[in-house]
Amino acid sequence: MNETVLEKLKVLAESAKYDVSCASSGTVRRNSSGGIGNTVGGMGICHSFADDGRCIALLKIMLTNHCIYDCAYCINRRSNDIRRATFSVSELVELTIGFYRRNYIEGLFLSSGVVRNPDYTMERMVRVVKDLRLQHRFNGYIHLKSIPGCSNELIAQAGLYADRMSVNLEIPNEQNLELLAPEKDYQCIFAPMRYIQQGMLQSLDDRRKFRHAPRFVPAGQSTQLIVGATPENDRDILRLSSALYKRPSMKRVYYSGYIPVNTYDKRLPAIKQAPLVRENRLYQADWLMRFYAFGADELTDAQHPDLEIDIDPKLAWALRHPEFFPVDVNTADYAVLLRVPGVGVKSAKLIVASRRYGKLTAGQLKKIGLVMKKAQYFITCRELPYDTVQDLSPEYVRKTLAEPGKKKIIGDSKQLSLQFTD
Amino acid sequence: MTVFFYDQTFEGLLSAVFEAYSSKVFPDKLLGCGTPPPLFAINCRSVVTNVQQAERVWSALRKKLPKNVCNMLTYVWLSELEGCDQLLFRYVCKTFDSRHAVAWDFGDDDVLQVSRIARKVAHESMYIKQFVRFQQAADNVYYAPVCPVYNVLPLAIDHFADRFADQQWIIYDTKRRYGYYYDLQTTSEITFLGENGLPAGKLDASLMAEDEKRFQELWKSYFKSIAIKERINPRLQRQHMPVRYWLYLTEKQ
Repeated sequence: MNETVLEKLKVLAESAKYDVSCASSGTVRRNSSGGIGNTVGGMGICHSFADDGRCIALLKIMLTNHCIYDCAYCINRRSNDIRRATFSVSELVELTIGFYRRNYIEGLFLSSGVVRNPDYTMERMVRVVKDLRLQHRFNGYIHLKSIPGCSNELIAQAGLYADRMSVNLEIPNEQNLELLAPEKDYQCIFAPMRYIQQGMLQSLDDRRKFRHAPRFVPAGQSTQLIVGATPENDRDILRLSSALYKRPSMKRVYYSGYIPVNTYDKRLPAIKQAPLVRENRLYQADWLMRFYAFGADELTDAQHPDLEIDIDPKLAWALRHPEFFPVDVNTADYAVLLRVPGVGVKSAKLIVASRRYGKLTAGQLKKIGLVMKKAQYFITCRELPYDTVQDLSPEYVRKTLAEPGKKKIIGDSKQLSLQFTD
Repeated sequence: MTVFFYDQTFEGLLSAVFEAYSSKVFPDKLLGCGTPPPLFAINCRSVVTNVQQAERVWSALRKKLPKNVCNMLTYVWLSELEGCDQLLFRYVCKTFDSRHAVAWDFGDDDVLQVSRIARKVAHESMYIKQFVRFQQAADNVYYAPVCPVYNVLPLAIDHFADRFADQQWIIYDTKRRYGYYYDLQTTSEITFLGENGLPAGKLDASLMAEDEKRFQELWKSYFKSIAIKERINPRLQRQHMPVRYWLYLTEKQ
C-alpha cells in the first residue's frame, strides 16, 4: 500500500460513482472454515452513507478508467480530458480485504472502462474476483459488471464467483443509444443478459438435482437506465422496466437522473440540475410494480405519459380511478388494501392480521401506521367521520394533498431558462 | 395499590409472573429492589428470583407463542426502556389469559407497543452491524468501540463471529462498559478495568498497527470521492446514518 494507491483510489472512485447500483442482497452464504466474510441476504447491510445520501455498501470501484469507447453520457469517454488510472489485480484485492476486515464494506462492486477489447478487460476483472474467492477465501458480496461485447466463456467463469452481475442498458431506446454511444447497440447488451439468465436458471435446475452443484450468479442481475438524457417519457421507461422484470433473473432496474457531466456535447440536453424528483417518482413507480402489483400501463397511460411531479404515482392512480374507492378496511382483500394511498405493505399486513380480533377504528389504524392524511379520503372503517373521495371530488383531494412546502416546478425542467438581470 | 419488587433481571420478571399467577395477586406496579415504595402502596411484596420458575414460565410462553414473538419479548427486554418490564408483564398476562393467540391483535395497545419496540431494537442491532468500525491494534486484534441506545450487542455478536472468523476482535460498548472478545474460537464477555487498561474510546495512534492509519486515510478519501457533488443531501445522510454514530465512524472524523 503506497502513495499511488491513494491517488488511484480517488481517481477510480470518482469515475465509478455514477453507477447507482449498491444492493448487497439476494445471496445467503455463511463463512467457510478458514475463510473471511459472509453474505447475509435479506436487505443487505449498508455500511456508510456518502454526503449525497446514497449508501456505500460495496466498494464501488473501477479497475481502470481508460476507455476506448466514446459514449456521450459517460464521464470516462475517451475524448474527455480527465485523470486516468489503473489498479493492478493485487492492489485491488488487498484494498478490498483491508476494507472488509475493518467492516467498512460489504463486498466489492467491480466495473471497468474498456481497454484494448472487451475480452481483455473482462479477463482482468475475472482475475480479481477469482483471486478474492479462491486465494483469499473471501465470502463477502461481489457484484461484477459484465463488459458489453465480451465472450460467453468469460461470463460463464465470472458467474461462478460473482453474486450479482449487471449489464447496463443506460439509454431506454435503441436509436438514442446508437446516437449517443455509436460503438454500442442493444444486441451487445441483451446478449450477455440472456446468457447470464440461462446460466442462472441452469444452475438452479442443477442444484435441485445435486445439492452441491455450483451456484451461478445466485443474486441475479440488475441494470441501469439514465433518465433525462434522452427524450423518452416515463411511460416508455416503465414499460421497458416492467418487461425487464418479467425475466426471472432480473432483480433490479436502477434509474439514474442524468447529471450533466459532458456539457459540451450538443447531443445531450442542456439542463441545470439532475431531474431528481422525476427519478424519485420513477423509483416509487418501480416499487409499485414490484411490491404492490401495479402494472406499468396503470401508472401511466396515453393521456398521462409522464408521472406527475407533485403527487406520488399511487395517489395519482387513485385520483384517476375514484370509482375504486372508498375501500372498507375491515373487509377488503389484501390486494385491494395495497392500492389505497397511505397504506403500505407492512400496514396492509397488520390490518389483515388484526381485523380478525374485531373491527378496526380510525384511531387504531393511525397507530398501526397508516398515513391518515392520505388514507382518510379513500377508506371507511368502523366509524365514518371522513368525507371520501366520492363525496369530495378528485380535484379537491389533489389540491389538498399536493405536497405543500415544495415549490411547484413551472414549465419544462429540462429546458434552460433565460436569466434576466435588472 | 399492589407493588412487586424484583431484582430487575429477565428471570426476575418471569419469576414475578409465576408469583402473580400462583398467589393470584397481580401487581399494579413493578419496581426494582431497593427503590422506595410509592405512596398508597398497600400490598408490597418482593419476588425472589427463581430460575426454575422462570424456566417454567418461559417454556409455557414458548408453547403459546411462535418463536419470533418470543424473540420479540427478549428484544423488548434488551431495550432497557423505562416501563418495558410492566409492558412485558401485561403482555405475558394477556397471552396466558386469552384463549386465542394475542400476538397478531395489533389493535391492542400493548401488542402494538411490543412490536414497535422490538422493531426499534432490531433496527438498532442492524445499526451496529452497519456502523462498527474496526481498528487494527499493534497486536493484530481488531478493536471497535460502540455506544448503542439499546443494549443490542448480544444480538449482533453472532453475525461478527461468523463474518470475521479468522481475525481476533473486540467490540466494546462504551456506554454499558462491557464488550465481547473473539479469540479465533469463541466469543467471551469482557470488561476493561480501570483507566490504565485499554482505551474506552478510539485507539490511540501509538497502539495502532502500522497499516491502520493508511487504511483509514484510504477509506476517508474514498468516502469523499464517491459522493456526487450535484446531489449533496445531508438530510438524507443523517436519516440513514444517525449523528449519534458519527463519534466512532472513521470517515466522519
